[in-house]
Amino acid sequence: MSEMTPDAVRHLAGLARIALSEEEVLRLAGELGAIVDAVEAVQSVAGDDVPPTSHPIPLGNVLRDDTVGDTLTTEEALAGAPDHDGSRFRVTAILGDEQ
Amino acid sequence: MSDLTALSASALSDALASGEASSVEITAAHIERIDATDQTLGSFLARSAHALELAAKSDARRKAGAQTSALDGVPIAIKDVLCTTDMVTTAGSRILEGWLPPYDATVVRKLREAGLVPLGKTNMDEFAMGSSTEHSGYHVTKNPWDITRAPGGSGGGSAAAVAARQAPVAIGSDTGGSIRQPAAFTGTVGVKPTYGGVSRYGVIALASSLDQVGPVSRTVRDSALIHDVIGGHDPNDSTSIPTPWASMTEAADRGARAENLAGLRVGVVKQLVGEGIQAGVASRFEEALELMAAHGADIIEIDAPHCEYAVAAYYLVLPAEASSNLAKFDSVRFGLRVTPEGSPTVEDVMSATRDQGFGDEVKRRIILGTYALSAGYYDAYYGSAQKVRTLIQRDFAQAFDQVDILVSPSAPTTAFPLGEKLDDPLAMWAGDLTTIPVNLAGIPGMSLPMGLDPEEGLPVGLQLMAPAYQDARLYQAGATLERLFCERDGYLVSERTPEVI
Repeated sequence: MSEMTPDAVRHLAGLARIALSEEEVLRLAGELGAIVDAVEAVQSVAGDDVPPTSHPIPLGNVLRDDTVGDTLTTEEALAGAPDHDGSRFRVTAILGDEQ
Repeated sequence: MSDLTALSASALSDALASGEASSVEITAAHIERIDATDQTLGSFLARSAHALELAAKSDARRKAGAQTSALDGVPIAIKDVLCTTDMVTTAGSRILEGWLPPYDATVVRKLREAGLVPLGKTNMDEFAMGSSTEHSGYHVTKNPWDITRAPGGSGGGSAAAVAARQAPVAIGSDTGGSIRQPAAFTGTVGVKPTYGGVSRYGVIALASSLDQVGPVSRTVRDSALIHDVIGGHDPNDSTSIPTPWASMTEAADRGARAENLAGLRVGVVKQLVGEGIQAGVASRFEEALELMAAHGADIIEIDAPHCEYAVAAYYLVLPAEASSNLAKFDSVRFGLRVTPEGSPTVEDVMSATRDQGFGDEVKRRIILGTYALSAGYYDAYYGSAQKVRTLIQRDFAQAFDQVDILVSPSAPTTAFPLGEKLDDPLAMWAGDLTTIPVNLAGIPGMSLPMGLDPEEGLPVGLQLMAPAYQDARLYQAGATLERLFCERDGYLVSERTPEVI
């Protein structure tokens, strides 16, 4: 069984910006341990001489002409935002009290 | 005319051309059918408010001789993972509840330009993570063959809609089988094109190196017709293949006309027909091989040893890419925002939003992907999985040196009961064994019905696989096989879908 402690899950959830409840942390610690065991098999398959594949059909240097195209207007870009001031997305404080 | 919802897109195209039916009549018939059945099935998340208006415009175009394609006026259902400016788009997630995208996906634009009439957005597992559509943030979709069973996933909504004649054709997306496995479970046809064959622009990304959009239909020819509309190069997708494509419809028509399969070399991947295959699926598959051999195909056993590691590699590559792609749902630019009490920072708001807006399966995969990519583990997990991907590609390349197409069951089982695998992610994932290698290798795959299983009378899917760029081969062989199955059984599986009202 792989080490997937509640603390490790809390750390990963912090990196992923998901405020898991304590109940979720404990459940995920159990589930992820079993899942990591199941996927660990990949480690023993390929030798050092096998290159990784990131994209199945590699296309190199895909560029377009540097010309102005149709882009979203400010209004369109803001239309789906939870909060905005007419020209910018509005969020709560970036820095906490202690910073 | 008789029931317009019973006709294929191809037959509807003929009816429109001959003036036997108008787009308004055809569209109204499908809307009526959805009204009558969707309370039971739950195929749709959103319905178009102006389908009849678009249908009337199509009829006006045709009257003026200005139809934009043979499919002008034919209705279609669209998986909710594709952005549509006139219908709410959520990818099945509560985090995008009510979101109206500011642009259409390229595939949607092409459908509109060809005059197809979108009926609505179909249900799916949240962000396409799942194999049963039970992970939708909204509701469960039922399988029209048996409403106590899952329609497959993630594209259960599109497959159920097409099987139940709510739409003649639909659009799906396939990251690890999300078009093909639901097709198998519902007795329909579904195709995952070569990676890069269809634009991903405006398709809410799950795993960018695996995702591919494709058609869902009741006949091979209908999938070909839609494939020809949506395929081709898109400068807005940097992974879109720039080379021109053969006509899939012509390939399907060649296949339908072909007398037999003489000279076709068919490979059977040993690793995809082994353990865990349901008896009824195995027997139908054996019969399909016998049918192919009886009609001139050479059946050759193929060893693709690294397919055994495909599920493990996939469930590292996919979560890794998904954890990165889903970072955009941060409560800033679109979707849900949950503000905790007190004086929260933007980070607190993001974290609370993502906890409330994402379902369990999405959180599980994001955390797993974050782990696979984290410092100290990257090489061991994500890096190793990418190497397995190389080995699987090599297995397929060697296989295609010996054969023209590969075949396997599309899924190890027929449609399973709702709830059966919901609390056991590893059991759910294991069912993706047959479809996943195709996505990892980037090659095209098709599922078409090969009969009903002898135990419960549920549809069984046959998967065809071809080398990258050779999608036309699937349509040609698929159309011949569809005809041979129909001659053998006396019916197309999709014609036997039970009445759901």
